[in-house]
Amino acid sequence: MEWLAALGRAGLSFSARLGRANLLLVAMLRGLPELLRRPRLLIEQLFAVGVLTVLIIAVSGIFVGMVLGLQGYHILSRFGAEATLGVMVAASLVRELGPVVTALLFAGRAGSAMSAEIGLMKATEQLSGLEMMAVNPEHRVLTPRLIAGIISMPLLAALFSMLGVYGGWFVGVGLLGVDDGTYWAQMQSQIDWSEDVVNGVVKSFVFGIVCTWIAIFQGYDCVPTSEGVSRATTRTVVHSSLAVLGLDFVLTALMFN
Amino acid sequence: MSPTRSPRDILVRIRGLKFYRGSRAIFDGVDIDIPRGGVTAIMGPSGTGKTTLLKLIGGQLTPDAGTIEVDGLNVHALSTRELYGLRMRMGMLFQSGALLTDLSVFENVAYPLREHTRLSQSMIRKMVLIKLEAVGLRGAHGLMPSQLSGGMARRVALARAIALDPMMIMYDEPFAGQDPISMGVLIQLVRRLNDAARISSVVVSHDVAEASQIADLIYVISDGRVIESGAPQQLREHGGEWTQQFMLGLPDGPVPFHYPAPDLATDLFGEPA
Amino acid sequence: MSKLRQLEILVGAFMATGFVALFFLAMNVSNLGAVHSGDSYKVLARFDNIGGLKVKSPVTMAGVEVGRVVDIYYDAQDFRAVAVLGIYSQFDQIPDDTFAKILTAGLLGEQYVGLDPGGSEQVLKDGGEIALTQSALVLEEVIGQFIFGKAQEGAQ
Repeated sequence: MEWLAALGRAGLSFSARLGRANLLLVAMLRGLPELLRRPRLLIEQLFAVGVLTVLIIAVSGIFVGMVLGLQGYHILSRFGAEATLGVMVAASLVRELGPVVTALLFAGRAGSAMSAEIGLMKATEQLSGLEMMAVNPEHRVLTPRLIAGIISMPLLAALFSMLGVYGGWFVGVGLLGVDDGTYWAQMQSQIDWSEDVVNGVVKSFVFGIVCTWIAIFQGYDCVPTSEGVSRATTRTVVHSSLAVLGLDFVLTALMFN
Repeated sequence: MSPTRSPRDILVRIRGLKFYRGSRAIFDGVDIDIPRGGVTAIMGPSGTGKTTLLKLIGGQLTPDAGTIEVDGLNVHALSTRELYGLRMRMGMLFQSGALLTDLSVFENVAYPLREHTRLSQSMIRKMVLIKLEAVGLRGAHGLMPSQLSGGMARRVALARAIALDPMMIMYDEPFAGQDPISMGVLIQLVRRLNDAARISSVVVSHDVAEASQIADLIYVISDGRVIESGAPQQLREHGGEWTQQFMLGLPDGPVPFHYPAPDLATDLFGEPA
Repeated sequence: MSKLRQLEILVGAFMATGFVALFFLAMNVSNLGAVHSGDSYKVLARFDNIGGLKVKSPVTMAGVEVGRVVDIYYDAQDFRAVAVLGIYSQFDQIPDDTFAKILTAGLLGEQYVGLDPGGSEQVLKDGGEIALTQSALVLEEVIGQFIFGKAQEGAQ
């Protein structure tokens, strides 16, 4: 019977956490007017979240594109379809790999950093201090981070896809002899703007909201000790990754059926 | 008990305060009067919820029963805006200072001024330097919090707490873990601010010696209730048994030395458990 | 340069790079770059079997794209499929006895409408109809015919 009680307790505690996460989201969104009056906060966060993630996104994008070019060529050449390499690389990137891999890397780099920072602010009573100075910590500290994450994600995903396409081009056209014109022409005729690119952007937008929200909540809700902060950062990466992969399936099913 | 005072002399009035964490009663019916213009110390063993009391007074936590009035206003009946207005008149010094780590000392002290006033940059600069001068750290205004020692960080936090010239300051364990010199500095600052700027002070601490040095009135709290209250000298000489053990730091008394255990002889030589 | 200024510049560069990437994806990767601006006029073509033809499939003449399929629907009176072709306005000299065929690009590629020009003096206008059409080849029918033909041959 003990496990039944434990299950019940776990369920209740999960519900409570979910509730708190939603309340936090609402509180953060309420801080939007205040954010518009203080653009500097947003700029600082865009730097911390967006600019600093560019390097890992760029390098990963190029390498993923190059691998796609390599593997794609080997598989397609068996059917004599090397000419469609461009389509294969571009479709894989724009529809799936761009949004998803970017989100996973983002969660690992920017998400965990955000959780740790916020958790530490909680542990050193900085959030409490702000409250006692009659400044709303959710609006001042959390809202800018949320908006920065939501804005950065689609841009990073686009960057990933673009560099991946060039990576594939470098391997396919540069090293393996696929025709340059064919690479681009086939791609341009087969990849649809609204079906492929826009859907990919929508995906990365959704991932941006989810990953940033999880990262902020884990930091804000953590136990204010060093162990608590470390657990919060781990949870951020794990939960974000699972959420991204799960949502990816749902969104793909909705968009590409 | 404290002599009767007119209502206007009481800055913070706490009546029937009850606060539970889970099933544990942190406060179980507490009445406290904090007089205006003096230093009041709230003392008790660690873990009795003294920090919680400050958070209740500041409105960060809500009591399960009872009322808290600050300057005549019922803290928990205020709207958010009114509460923020009240908070601007209260300064709080956290145990760790709670400075914003990404801002310099100057920026930290200037923060409340920038937030809540429309003073010009030069005015703000002057005020920040004055506040830092009051705590003796004007020369450190360019440093970052990570470059400060614990004691210095607390003094900067104090400068920040007085930035808006509040009517009262709450100190959360200000003497914990300080070396004798920093301790001396802090004690002097608390007393000086209180008298010169006529800021009422509420000090939460378990450092009996230091708190006794500066407090005009002491409340001793244990197990969620007020054990006793009075002037430091009075409590030391005429206080109850428990109060005396606490104030004098006696190892044995109403709070026993031995944790409850069976008879020693049985434990050593008797049947194995 | 103040720290804030540096920050602003870097953030601006980041956003610009992101938008450039999006623009690149739009123009150089997707078919947006090839979108035809300008008007088109509508011409109907009826087919027994539309096959795999889709809306937005290209309409070509001598291999050059002259329009796109705008709509496909079923005519219940006629029991035939009707494809509405949007021909770009600049190609207004198409004879009205032009032949419209549904062809496949490559062996497994997508299907498109190929136009073979006739010799008539009259040209197609908006709302006109192409009378001569050839339906898509359905693989099963072709195989069936082949097998049937072989069987007949064998029987003789």
